[in-house]
Amino acid sequence: MTKTESSFKNMVMSLTLISMVASACLGFVYEMTREPIKMANLNKKLNAIKQVVPEFNNNPNDEMYKLPTGEGDSLEIYPAKKDNITVGYAVNTYTSKGFSGNISLMAGFKPDGTIINITVLEQKETPGLGTKMAEPAFKDQFMDKNPGEFILKVKKDGGPIDAITAATISSRAFCDAVQRAYNALQKGGER
Amino acid sequence: MNQLQNFTKGFIKENPILVLVLGCCPTLATTTSAINGLGMGIATVFVLVGSNTVISMLANLIPDKVRIPSFIIIIASFVTIVDLIMKAYVPDLYETLGIFIPLIVVNCIVLGRAEAFASKNNVLTSVIDGLGMGLGFTAALGILGAFREIVGSGSIFNYRFIQGDGILVFILAPGAFIALGYLIALVNRMKKQ
Repeated sequence: MTKTESSFKNMVMSLTLISMVASACLGFVYEMTREPIKMANLNKKLNAIKQVVPEFNNNPNDEMYKLPTGEGDSLEIYPAKKDNITVGYAVNTYTSKGFSGNISLMAGFKPDGTIINITVLEQKETPGLGTKMAEPAFKDQFMDKNPGEFILKVKKDGGPIDAITAATISSRAFCDAVQRAYNALQKGGER
Repeated sequence: MNQLQNFTKGFIKENPILVLVLGCCPTLATTTSAINGLGMGIATVFVLVGSNTVISMLANLIPDKVRIPSFIIIIASFVTIVDLIMKAYVPDLYETLGIFIPLIVVNCIVLGRAEAFASKNNVLTSVIDGLGMGLGFTAALGILGAFREIVGSGSIFNYRFIQGDGILVFILAPGAFIALGYLIALVNRMKKQ
């Protein structure tokens, strides 16, 4: 087989053909993976909710509503109900004070505002340092505490939280995100 | 050169990372743990084999003057396919590797093999070349990742065997350079004997 000559017509034709075939393949793969990607994202959210609130039998994702934080944006609240009685709220909260980029958390509160549990949804902190915020040694400090009387600050700032070694900024950011969730929930309660 | 040599050259003799020192960006950035290194390597194997196959088939049909843009389109398509598939079926790994999956497009190894090998050889030879090179890349990333994870976090494949902190510098970027340097020195020494 001889090499195709580099004439203008050949170049245009080969590039057009390759692009068309490539886009057809991509369209096909996109269609194929669209449902699984949606499912994976939803499962991740539901798993996070399950971890931070007591047992529930409603579908928190369908009853999601938004509460303003007072800073011009709003947080997603997932109410967890058992037999139509609210047993807790999972709040998808965030902070922009992370060491590298935003941190997104799912924080669970009892109806009276006590923290049940917290899981990390997304973070870009330094591996091995800031990433330890997802480990029980750090986040269990928040469990069963009510931010109404429990100051969400690390020891360096005069609070009761032991910061992660060499990751004070990440620890502060974590507190900031939890505080934001609590504030939104409290304001929502007054409404 | 027989096919076996063609396959094994990617491991030591022409290892993309340890000898050719190509594709250092993902190497240094993603090898914070053994799993991350291997995941990155396997994604690259898929892209390499796929692009080598298609490019070796089309090499004679693509006019010389537009061969690089054509190769890039083919490579980018394979990368996007990997990207979507990983997002759908291994979301956790996808999140850790983050931007480095799309960045396989600009990995020197992939375009390097397309230009230097696949465009001049037949399909079978190119597939074997892609597989050998890719697995060599994966092995290097796996070793580097395992080493950094053991020394830096005191764990292997997420199994902790030391409580508390490891030598943190090996998890951070400088540790990647240090570890890669020693690994290359070791391989050079092995090759001399």
